[in-house]
Amino acid sequence: MRAVKEVAGRAIPFGAKNVDTDVIIPAKWLKTITRDGLGKGAFETIRQTPGNVFDDPQFTGAPILIAGDNFGCGSSREHAAWALLDLGIHAVIAPSFSDIFSGNAVKNGIVPVVLPQEAIERLMEVAGEGQEITVDLESQTVTTLYQDRFAFELDPFRRHCLMNGLDEVALTLERQDAIDRFETRRAGAQGWLATGTNI
Amino acid sequence: MASRPRTLYQKIWDDHVVETREDGTALVYIDRHLVHEVTSPQAFEALQLSGREVRRPELTLAVPDHNLPTTPRVGADGERLPIADPQSAAQLDALERNVRDFGIRYIDATAAEQGIVHVVGPEQGFSLPGSTIVCGDSHTACHGGLGALAFGIGTSEVEHVLATQTLLLQQSKTMEVRVEGVLGPGITAKDLILHIIGQIGAAGGTGHVIEYRGPVFEKMSVEERLTVCNMSIEAGARAGLIAPDETVFAYLQGRPMAPQGADWDAAVAYWRTLNTDPGATFDKSVTIDAADIAPTVTWGTSPEDVVPISGAVPSPDDFPHEAKQDAARKSLDYMALSPGTAMTDIPVENVFIGSCTNSRIEDLRSAARVLKGRTKAPSVRWAIVVPGSGLVKRQAEDEGLDEVFKQAGFEWREPGCSACLGMNPDKVPPGERCASTSNRNFVGRQGPGARTHLMSPAMAAAAAVAGHLVDVRELSE
Repeated sequence: MRAVKEVAGRAIPFGAKNVDTDVIIPAKWLKTITRDGLGKGAFETIRQTPGNVFDDPQFTGAPILIAGDNFGCGSSREHAAWALLDLGIHAVIAPSFSDIFSGNAVKNGIVPVVLPQEAIERLMEVAGEGQEITVDLESQTVTTLYQDRFAFELDPFRRHCLMNGLDEVALTLERQDAIDRFETRRAGAQGWLATGTNI
Repeated sequence: MASRPRTLYQKIWDDHVVETREDGTALVYIDRHLVHEVTSPQAFEALQLSGREVRRPELTLAVPDHNLPTTPRVGADGERLPIADPQSAAQLDALERNVRDFGIRYIDATAAEQGIVHVVGPEQGFSLPGSTIVCGDSHTACHGGLGALAFGIGTSEVEHVLATQTLLLQQSKTMEVRVEGVLGPGITAKDLILHIIGQIGAAGGTGHVIEYRGPVFEKMSVEERLTVCNMSIEAGARAGLIAPDETVFAYLQGRPMAPQGADWDAAVAYWRTLNTDPGATFDKSVTIDAADIAPTVTWGTSPEDVVPISGAVPSPDDFPHEAKQDAARKSLDYMALSPGTAMTDIPVENVFIGSCTNSRIEDLRSAARVLKGRTKAPSVRWAIVVPGSGLVKRQAEDEGLDEVFKQAGFEWREPGCSACLGMNPDKVPPGERCASTSNRNFVGRQGPGARTHLMSPAMAAAAAVAGHLVDVRELSE
């Protein structure tokens, strides 16, 4: 995964609340066995409406998406994160995210930025004017050309992984000894769990 | 030294922490991993590309469900029938190749045990109380009905679990949903969970694991508990739990993958310790009176958009916040509903009985009781029953339920996820309504332009008979 220290550029003023992953990428696109090319299906239903923000030429390729509460709720499909990436989106700013989506986002180098509703409303205005917004992971701030400055929280481990482009599987595989010890301890105390499908 | 009182979640969490990093992130051991065809191919591909192995293949169970057609899978000659859609066929081929390459136990599309992962896990005794269970599917929360800590994961996490049998997690907050009193006659687990989601909202449980507590849950069968926990994700919670008890132990004993003999005794002794200690505190607590709950249906496009069947379609002005008013306007527009319309005046052209929420034998019995001796209204164009597994299907056939459904004008299908997510050919046509026992009424969920009303199996059966939404209790009179 590539390292992300900053995401800067135009932002799509979407703003909708409770955007579920079926809306981000409908089920018919999940028949793929690769991660590529899902941008074609991203927000498919919304894009059927003329004048939607996703097809507004001034936001084409914008790296930031601004959304409402509970973004990415519903299905755990990581295809939602892959579809956003394929659209060129590398940060989503919203008042809250579903737990599963925010994890999927981070694992694909997309920064989930949580800001209060007032900040979202201000950023929607700035984005609507086509002005640039900067999400900076080092300082954990979102800034605009109008001197707006909003601080956001990000879990330290997630921030570390994003900023260094770390592969969690590789990190955990370095901890094999600890997992071995856990399994040995478990085999004594709760041996019935170890059989799984081998019973 | 006396330990601090702990919640059920805390106990299961503590027993699975391999180690904790300085930043508070924990490496958590995963006991059971369910895999299906849709969210796993990219995970296996990543393992292959990096030359990684599956650490503990015997702790993973694979079964296709999401994308499989629910039409017959074996021809008259006993040969397996091909899947018409080449992409769907390729996805199933990929799963079959991956389980072979990595030595994972696989339940084939034509096996009697095949079904929806969340029906198969408990049914096979693969899902156990106190265990950590994951699957690349958000409705993994379902297995919390057995007292397991079960939650959905993305494909990168599927890869992580396959390679390491662990996940890197932040501990969740805890939320108690306490239901006092008793449910009225004819009120089901589905009505209860829809009502709960309406009360706490679609994001009410975000960042939390819910524990459902109170006498209502203690009296529930395992299947009812699975229905409740299944929809925890619709309230934003990644997982939901009900403390395991004798009902759960009786359900699991003797199932193919459940512990046996001395292992069984040791397991039950451990499972009996799995409950929230008196004095343990939750980060959030909600109390609901069971007596307030009527048969519940959805009117909008979020599972929080619920109303009693005796109610009416709300007006956007009924909601206090502008964002929700705006969302309600969009929902009403999509659903083609006007404020003030009685819910019982809403016609349905389609009825779907199935999904990991409501496709078990008790669900089918409940729907069949309503349909016995009745037929679907002529205006109901399409009505299908999709059993949760081949074993549920066989049991239903042994009880003659398939005949009840067929005589009522329903199609009797092969097991799978089907019209819950509109991925296989089972879809609701654009602009038509569906009375559905599934879990999501999202825009386009059951097919582009499809309009979903969520409800219990008995209510869906009643809607089929009436041709519109109706209170099943009135139909029975």
